[in-house]
Amino acid sequence: MDETGTDEAGMDEAGIHASVDRIANPWGGRTPYDRHRPWPTRVDSHLEAGVAPDQVQRWVQTASILHSDGDAMDVAVVDGRMVGVRGRADDRVNRGRLGPKDLFGWQANASKDRLTRPLIREGGRLVECDWDTAMDRIVARSRELLEERGPGSIGFYTSGQLYLEEYYTLAVLARAGIGTNHLDGNTRLCTATAAEALKQSFGCDGQPGCYDDFDHADVIALFGHNIAETQPVQWMRLLDRLAGGDPPRLVCVDPRPTRVARRAAVHLAPRAGTNVALLNALLHEIIRTDRVDHEYIAAHTVGFEELASGVRECTPQWAAGICDVPAASIGEAADVLGDADRLLSTVLQGVYQSHQATAAAVQINNLHLIRGMLGRPGAGVLQMNGQPTAQNTRECGADGDLPGFRNWRNDAHVADLAKVWNVEPGSIPHHAPPTHAMQIFRYAEQGSIRMLWISGTNPAVSLPELSRVRSILRQERLFVVVQDLFRTETARLADVVLPAATWGEKTGASTNADRTVHLSVKAVEPPGEARPDLDVFLDYAARMDFRDKDGGPLITWHDPESAFEAWKRCSAGRPCDYTGITYDRLRDASGVQWPCHEQAPDGTARLYTDGVGWAHPDVCESYGKDLETGAPDEPVEYRSLNPDGRAVIRAAAYLPPHETPDVDHPFQLTTGRTVYHFHTRTKTARAPQLNAAAPDVWVEASVSDAAALGLGEGDLVEVGTPRGALRGRLRVTDIRPGLLFVPFHYGYWDTAAGYGPSGGTPGRAANETTVTDWDPASKQPLFKTAAASLRLVERARGRHAPAPTTTASAPSRTDAAPPTVGGAAALVAETTDASHDTGGRNIR
Amino acid sequence: MNGVNLILRTLHHGEKHLAGQLTAVAERHRTEHEICHVAIDLAAWSRGHVLRLAETADARGVHLGGSSGAHTAGVLSALREKTAEAMAHRPEPGLLLLRDLRELHLSAVENSLHWEMLAQAGQAGRDERLLALVARCHPQTLRQMRWTNTMIRNLAPQILTSL
Repeated sequence: MDETGTDEAGMDEAGIHASVDRIANPWGGRTPYDRHRPWPTRVDSHLEAGVAPDQVQRWVQTASILHSDGDAMDVAVVDGRMVGVRGRADDRVNRGRLGPKDLFGWQANASKDRLTRPLIREGGRLVECDWDTAMDRIVARSRELLEERGPGSIGFYTSGQLYLEEYYTLAVLARAGIGTNHLDGNTRLCTATAAEALKQSFGCDGQPGCYDDFDHADVIALFGHNIAETQPVQWMRLLDRLAGGDPPRLVCVDPRPTRVARRAAVHLAPRAGTNVALLNALLHEIIRTDRVDHEYIAAHTVGFEELASGVRECTPQWAAGICDVPAASIGEAADVLGDADRLLSTVLQGVYQSHQATAAAVQINNLHLIRGMLGRPGAGVLQMNGQPTAQNTRECGADGDLPGFRNWRNDAHVADLAKVWNVEPGSIPHHAPPTHAMQIFRYAEQGSIRMLWISGTNPAVSLPELSRVRSILRQERLFVVVQDLFRTETARLADVVLPAATWGEKTGASTNADRTVHLSVKAVEPPGEARPDLDVFLDYAARMDFRDKDGGPLITWHDPESAFEAWKRCSAGRPCDYTGITYDRLRDASGVQWPCHEQAPDGTARLYTDGVGWAHPDVCESYGKDLETGAPDEPVEYRSLNPDGRAVIRAAAYLPPHETPDVDHPFQLTTGRTVYHFHTRTKTARAPQLNAAAPDVWVEASVSDAAALGLGEGDLVEVGTPRGALRGRLRVTDIRPGLLFVPFHYGYWDTAAGYGPSGGTPGRAANETTVTDWDPASKQPLFKTAAASLRLVERARGRHAPAPTTTASAPSRTDAAPPTVGGAAALVAETTDASHDTGGRNIR
Repeated sequence: MNGVNLILRTLHHGEKHLAGQLTAVAERHRTEHEICHVAIDLAAWSRGHVLRLAETADARGVHLGGSSGAHTAGVLSALREKTAEAMAHRPEPGLLLLRDLRELHLSAVENSLHWEMLAQAGQAGRDERLLALVARCHPQTLRQMRWTNTMIRNLAPQILTSL
């Protein structure tokens, strides 16, 4: 809370040690620094009450899996139990800092309601069984389906929260073992557009920039990216720069009054679903005033003329009418972007989960291409991820592309992959694009997929239009396997439930949104009979007896490290080359950024420092797509358009959203997140401090809309769409008028109903209301463009919304609700003493 | 120039027909979400073509008249949508979908060939207005063709091997 000064409240006079309530102040104390200087270290640690640091027996290295930042930390262990965490001072990502979810989320691992034994459905009920019984049932069903209906009857839906070794193993067993095209991750909901936008512009996935660019940029533009809540540690970095010398100017595009918006030089709050119109106007202004780098464009791109003519009519006045943003503000934003010396842009769900997702994300790449703002410190694009290991899902081929960013339409790439796996190219399905998650569920709905294996994700809360999702999962003919930590809403609908181990209980590598690879080492035993996801996949592969073309076992590895080594062979020579990384190298050191190989033994900070390297027709991952229809471009066209493999500048015209407000549904509705929770709360709701900070769903509406309807803070309201409805208490905020916001984290596992609304339990999940519609290019579902109604159910009578006051959900009138605090249980030690730089290193 | 007027008239009819077909397909396959949403977007392209064709024809003294192929919701569309919802869990509509996509593709190809003829006539007669019209509309027709072709390619394997 910089404005009120409480950031400093916990600091003692020396400014070295502080104890800070990190629920009341999620970002902790400031360590200001100047532009082009390294970000100072600040080590955050939180231990269980009653445990002193010197009582900790072991500190074990890991990285956070509760957001995409990849914060490196150590787990404190006492008597085989996790008792706390401490940030790793020497890691490039966080320099010792941790966010609230990192600091408190670990407690969920030891929850009493962890799954400890497999469950199978008997007579309509889930009953405990042993592993052999559960695995035999899965294997029997798999064999039966392969025999009767073929590999296309089996689908896999995985996560963005497992480890690299697990995705890779799953990708090999699904694609070359089963031979199915139906493997995707829930990364489809969070990061598919990031991947697609990079493929469209640069021919290949791979984050161009890196987090260090925050240290060097003079302008940082955040497009639909509430970084303060999704990646709180990088927001700490921005706050530290804002407090230091030569601070950056921020441009914020977000319809909510986020912390970023409050600190921005220019804040644009457009009507939902109009990002392309806004971006086209910004590009129009930059081109009109000729603030473009003609040399860069000539040397490294194709397609500029098409863009220039496409945005010629897109004046700020034109966009102002569509976006409901003042034309002068658009001009002002264009000035800031156009005058930037080093421009860094970051992009997240406000773009990715909205209408025309890929088209909009690509325009942000275009902004950098035409300004030549790539590949230099501070000049870069960060197409962010929503989940901790989404990058691994993408690169391992578990979310719809072939492993190692290979192009499924390039026979040479398929042959190369077949060689790595020692199988015939024909046994890797590549007759059509790998099936995306929304289509996997459609095939299950229509009955052609008969077995769906869901690992580490909770679609019964996270997918759009939940009544439909429940009806799909409940079908008698669909055999559903769920592999998870808890009895989630989805697990309750399963035929077999497998208890999984989680971080701290298993070893594996993970890669964050800026390509930094971290190792997470097992610190404690998993509860009961819970097993690492890798062990489950290896066991299944062994029982299915998958073979390579010479009759040897298809999967030749047996533990995390041998799986990592196998992945390295698959990644060799591709953009995500891991060949220079070993487990030993990742131990006790900072994370390493891929590509890391013989020529780049220390890893690679930035891609595209010298032109665009992966867009050549022979090496690119994709030949591009029609941004409006999703139809792929033909290889021969791509070759003639881009023979030398330059960046492709793709223009896109604005299209109105598919669902617009009308008399019955006069509001726009967007869903989103809060800093205190992750995904469907399966872990964060089981951490007392996090749960108390945001214990239940709420609905945000603007001051003017609330006044017009006679509604106030704490009133119980119902938000309805043609798909369904939910109830929550109202928070009146400075959100843009006409827009409602509902956090998507809340489901039913902690209600009487269990997995969905029922008699006594009204709708609580935001996704009761969302529409089944997705971006045609990235296939990412739209969560930010629905039309909704709002009505009063019951007056507040002294109650207030269970929404945090510390974040974008802060009430417009500060006295409308008591401030969110964590108290003694949320106190975190923050140490800025330089001698503590070594504090994170002398440990194992 | 009666030949050009004839093609304008034929294409006007063809685009109106395709707009109607796309809308009907969107309704009939309401539970195939990607088909449904993209088909509605593509119908808007064809309706735009209809209006522009009528303007161009007007300037040539030919009145093509009629609506832009805009869809009027009625009993039939409601019926199509309800049928689609009732059949959501059945595999058979997959075959119908492949047939519908084939028909859409063929209609778009027919329109494309007529755009081609107009373009050639425009070149021969140095008719800038005609050329501008074709330059504006024909690329979208080609994209309609590519989309229908793509959807057939992507969906056919699963639909045909699962019945």
